[in-house]
Amino acid sequence: MLLIHCPYCGEARSELEFAGAGEAHIARPENITEVSDEDFAQYFFMRTNPKGIHYERWRHIHGCGRFFNAVRDTVSDRFLKTYKTGEPKPDRAEFEGEGR
Amino acid sequence: MRKYSVFALAREAMRHHSGWEKHWTSPEPKSEYDVIIIGGGGHGMGAAYYLAKEHGITNIAVIEKGWIGGGNTGRNTTIVRSNYLYDESMDIYEHSLKLWEGLALDLNYNVMYSPRGVMMLSHNEHDRQTFKRHVHANRLYGIDNEWLTPEAAKEYCPPLDIAATARYPINGAALQRRAGTARHDAVVWGYGRAASDRGIHIIQNCEVKGIRRGPDGAVSGVETSKGFIGAKKIGVSASGHNSVVMAMADVSLPLESQPLQALVSEPLKPIFPCVVMSNTVHAYISQSDKGELVIGAGTDQYNSYSQTGGLQIVTHTLDAICELFPIFRRVKMMRQWGGITDNTPDRSPIQSITPVPGLFVNCGWGTGGFKATPGSAHLFAHLIAKGEPHKLAAGLTLDRYRTGRLIDEAAAAAVAH
Repeated sequence: MLLIHCPYCGEARSELEFAGAGEAHIARPENITEVSDEDFAQYFFMRTNPKGIHYERWRHIHGCGRFFNAVRDTVSDRFLKTYKTGEPKPDRAEFEGEGR
Repeated sequence: MRKYSVFALAREAMRHHSGWEKHWTSPEPKSEYDVIIIGGGGHGMGAAYYLAKEHGITNIAVIEKGWIGGGNTGRNTTIVRSNYLYDESMDIYEHSLKLWEGLALDLNYNVMYSPRGVMMLSHNEHDRQTFKRHVHANRLYGIDNEWLTPEAAKEYCPPLDIAATARYPINGAALQRRAGTARHDAVVWGYGRAASDRGIHIIQNCEVKGIRRGPDGAVSGVETSKGFIGAKKIGVSASGHNSVVMAMADVSLPLESQPLQALVSEPLKPIFPCVVMSNTVHAYISQSDKGELVIGAGTDQYNSYSQTGGLQIVTHTLDAICELFPIFRRVKMMRQWGGITDNTPDRSPIQSITPVPGLFVNCGWGTGGFKATPGSAHLFAHLIAKGEPHKLAAGLTLDRYRTGRLIDEAAAAAVAH
């Protein structure tokens, strides 16, 4: 089971309190009625699904209830960073060669 | 290749089993093939076999990063069934089930297909309505599936607790009698042996590191840990790693890779005659021929390539097993593992051409790929040979995410993950 640090509550809690909410930093097109079917499919369905550093959303559903973002290694499952919604996407160079 | 038969067994018994041949050869890769299959699991190996058998293409390499049978082919819970709800799903899974029935004969290899019946438990009114809908849909489509009373379910599977006071009371069950189990490794070994016999190269311990494309954008081969290997057609069937492989050709897929866990108990005397699944409390169980109870747990909620998963997922399933089958409460669990499944948003598979000419993909089988092995392989071979899908797989293309014609088995599937 993962231990997840909620950036709002400020402490690490058990995974049971959290719900995974998929890939992060996917912006909904502002002109959603005008985008082509291809672009909509890209936005709505396609995922990077990387082996390694993954930017993802979590929700502290049995805690503060808020969504936040995380950087996690999908090979070791280790969380490299969690940060509040709206904060900039951390550069992946920050996490390279860290003994993930 | 020598044929397996009762006479071969007698012959080898007389000479200390010194004459058994290796299942397949391990050649050095050639510089060029007609077709390369990336991923030597059941689906990929089977596709190579059917390309040779039905389409006359034998200049094929199956490239596998690990060893044959070491991925999800060796990590599943061996259940075979076809009681899905939608036409597109019934088409492929029933096609597959029919191939299972004749597979051992076709491959001259005992895949230990055992139609011992898969019984799905209903615990509440919603389950009852859903499963009856499945039963009717299946029967209208010519697929066997029947409704059982709790007493009939108990008769079919005696260890089941149907007491009204049970923690998860049972108000009926859906039973597909032709469904059952098969020996998971044997399927890919059988395909590998038959493919190798037809001249197909099986290249193990060879990781694909890149997909090379010509000036016209079409594929020209793959960069591997054993050097460049050329091919005009590449079929990708890498289960949990499909996104990683396809990213090498800049094709994005609607996949998320998640661990799915399973576990087995210490071996017991034969006690469990069928497969039982419970969607509502999430548990499924059967007994292997070695005597182990084979139990399937759920997926973790996050993307991962770790081939492991959280203990709470396993515990949750064992809680349910102990309630449904109180006689197993003191059975010790022996081994637990995870496989990486590639899940689509509509929980239905994808077999498709891609925007890259010559590149084909077989992916998204998610948590239910084992049962589909022969059918998927057969249809994927057709796709690679003809360049267009077989009519049974016509609805499974990548294009459905653009058109919106999804096959939403997620809500309707017989077991949710």
